[in-house]
Amino acid sequence: MAKQEIDDRFKKFGTVSFTSISKVNDFIGYLEKGQVMGTKCKKCGMTFFPPRADCSGCLSSDMDWMEVTGEGTLLTFSKLQYGPVGFEGELPYTIALAQFKDVKVFGRMSKELSDADVVVGMKVKALPVQLANGKISYEFQKA
Amino acid sequence: MARVAIIGVGQSKFVRGYPGSIRELAFEAFREAVQDAKMTSKDIDASIICSAPEYDKQRSPAGVIAEYLGLTPQPTFYLETVCSSSSTGLKVAYSMVKAGLHDAICVLGFQKMSEITSAESQERMGRGADIQWESPFGTMMPAYYALHARAHMAKYGTTEEDLALIRVKAATYGQINDRAVYQKPVTLEMFKNPQDNMAGPVASPLRVGDCCANADGSSCIIVASEEKAKVFSEKPVWILGVGAASTAVNMAGRDLFSGLTVAVEASKTAYKMAGISSRDVDVAEVHDCFTIAEMMAYENLGFAKPGEGKDLIRAKETYKEGSIPVNVDGGLLSKGHPIGATGGSQLRTIVLQLRGEAGQMQVSNPEIGLVHNIGGVGLYGNVTILGRD
Ligand SMILES: [Zn+2]
Repeated sequence: MAKQEIDDRFKKFGTVSFTSISKVNDFIGYLEKGQVMGTKCKKCGMTFFPPRADCSGCLSSDMDWMEVTGEGTLLTFSKLQYGPVGFEGELPYTIALAQFKDVKVFGRMSKELSDADVVVGMKVKALPVQLANGKISYEFQKA
Repeated sequence: MARVAIIGVGQSKFVRGYPGSIRELAFEAFREAVQDAKMTSKDIDASIICSAPEYDKQRSPAGVIAEYLGLTPQPTFYLETVCSSSSTGLKVAYSMVKAGLHDAICVLGFQKMSEITSAESQERMGRGADIQWESPFGTMMPAYYALHARAHMAKYGTTEEDLALIRVKAATYGQINDRAVYQKPVTLEMFKNPQDNMAGPVASPLRVGDCCANADGSSCIIVASEEKAKVFSEKPVWILGVGAASTAVNMAGRDLFSGLTVAVEASKTAYKMAGISSRDVDVAEVHDCFTIAEMMAYENLGFAKPGEGKDLIRAKETYKEGSIPVNVDGGLLSKGHPIGATGGSQLRTIVLQLRGEAGQMQVSNPEIGLVHNIGGVGLYGNVTILGRD
C-alpha cells in the first residue's frame, strides 16, 4: 500500500501557526495563487470567513470556495507595542477587522501604511502576502 | 420553590508571586469561606474547582485540591470558562442544589499565574483566542479589547481620558482594599505625562493604565440550599438570577464591537429570572480586565444607554456615592486578575456589600447586587444577581 501523504499546508499560515491540518487546507493553496477565500454552503447559502468545512446553519459539508473581493470598510484596529513569542521582530504592527460584502475579515494592516493612513471607515482590500521562511498570510491594503 | 443561598465567602490576598503551592493558595480562601459559613469540611457535600488550565502544571487539579481541603470522599470536579470560571462554577453549583443533588457546595476558584515562567506565559498569551485563524497574526488580550475600545471611540466619541477616569476610580478603592495587588493612587495627570508608566502604549488606544495586572489568588463561595442556609447562616444572600451566554471566538464572526453581546444576553436572562430591571441594582461588580471593558459593561447591563457610559463615569455616578456604584473594591484593575479566582472575588464583594460588611467600601444599604464576569474577549459571559432578605 502506498504511503499516504499528509496534507499539512496549514502550518504555513501566518508568522506563527498552531494548526497544520485542517479540512480547509486549500485556503493556503488559494493564498499561494493570490486569492483570499472564504466558503459558501451549497445547500443553504450561508457564507463564512474564515472558511469552514461544515455549515453551522444546515449541517451540510458541501461547500463552495468564494473569493473575498472588492473593497471592504475598516471597522476597527489596534497597533501593538508588545507581541507574543515569535512576533518580536515584527513589532509594532496593526491588527484590524474589515467588513466586506458578505463577510468580515480579521487580519493585519500592510506595513506600508503610515499611522495617519489608518482610520476607521477607510476602504481596504484583502491581499495575500508572502512572509519569511516560506510562510504566507494576507493583509489589508488601502483600496 | 426553595431558594439557593450563598452562606460563606473567602478570598486570599491577591499577590504577585504567591509563596506557596496551588493547594496552599486554595486553602486560604477556603478556610475563610468555611469559617464565614460556620461550617467544617464535613458539612460540605461537593466541590467545584475552577481555574484556567493553561497556567497549571498540575493536571486535573480538582482531586488534589479537594483532598487538601478535607473534601474527600465527597464528589469534586474541575470547571473552566477562562476568566469567568468561578462564576460559571457558581451557576453549576446553583443548578445542582436546585436539583436536590447536594445541599452545600464549595466553589473554589484559584490561579497561580506565577506557576509558569514569563516566557511560558508570553507563549500562552499568543494562544488566547482562535489559534487557527487569529493567533497567526500575533494577537494579544489587550489588543482585542483595544479593538473594542477603538470601535467605541469611533461610534460614540468616547476618549482615552474617559477610559483613564475608570482607572482613577478603580485606584480610589484599590487603596482601601487590603486584598488588592495594586493599592497605589492613580491620577489623570499620570495618563497625561508621556514619561509616566500609566501612559505607556500597549495596544492603541489602550495604555498600561488601562490594563489590569496578573496576580496569584484564590476565592471561595459556599452555596447552600434554603434549608441548610437557615441552619447555618444568619445573613444568607440569595441567588436571584443566573444568566450566561457565549459567542463566536473569532472577531470576524461577531456583529457588535462597541459592546459585548454575551453581557447583553446574560444580563437579559438574569434580570428576567430575578424579576428585576437594571434600575433595581444597588451595587455592581463588573469585569474590568481593561478600562474599556467596564465602559462597555455600563451599557451592556443597562446602567447607561449605548454610547452614554462615558457620561456615567464623567459624572462619577459609578463611585460609591453615585447612582450605581461599580467596582468599589477596586475592580480587577486594582485587585489584579488571577483568572480562575476572579469571579469568586467579585461575588464575595457583593455578598459582603449585601450583608453590610464591606467596611470602608460599603455602599449605603444595598438590597440587590450584580456580578458581571466575562471569559476570554467576550467569549463567555455570566451575570449573577444576588439579594438579601
Ligand atoms: Zn448550510
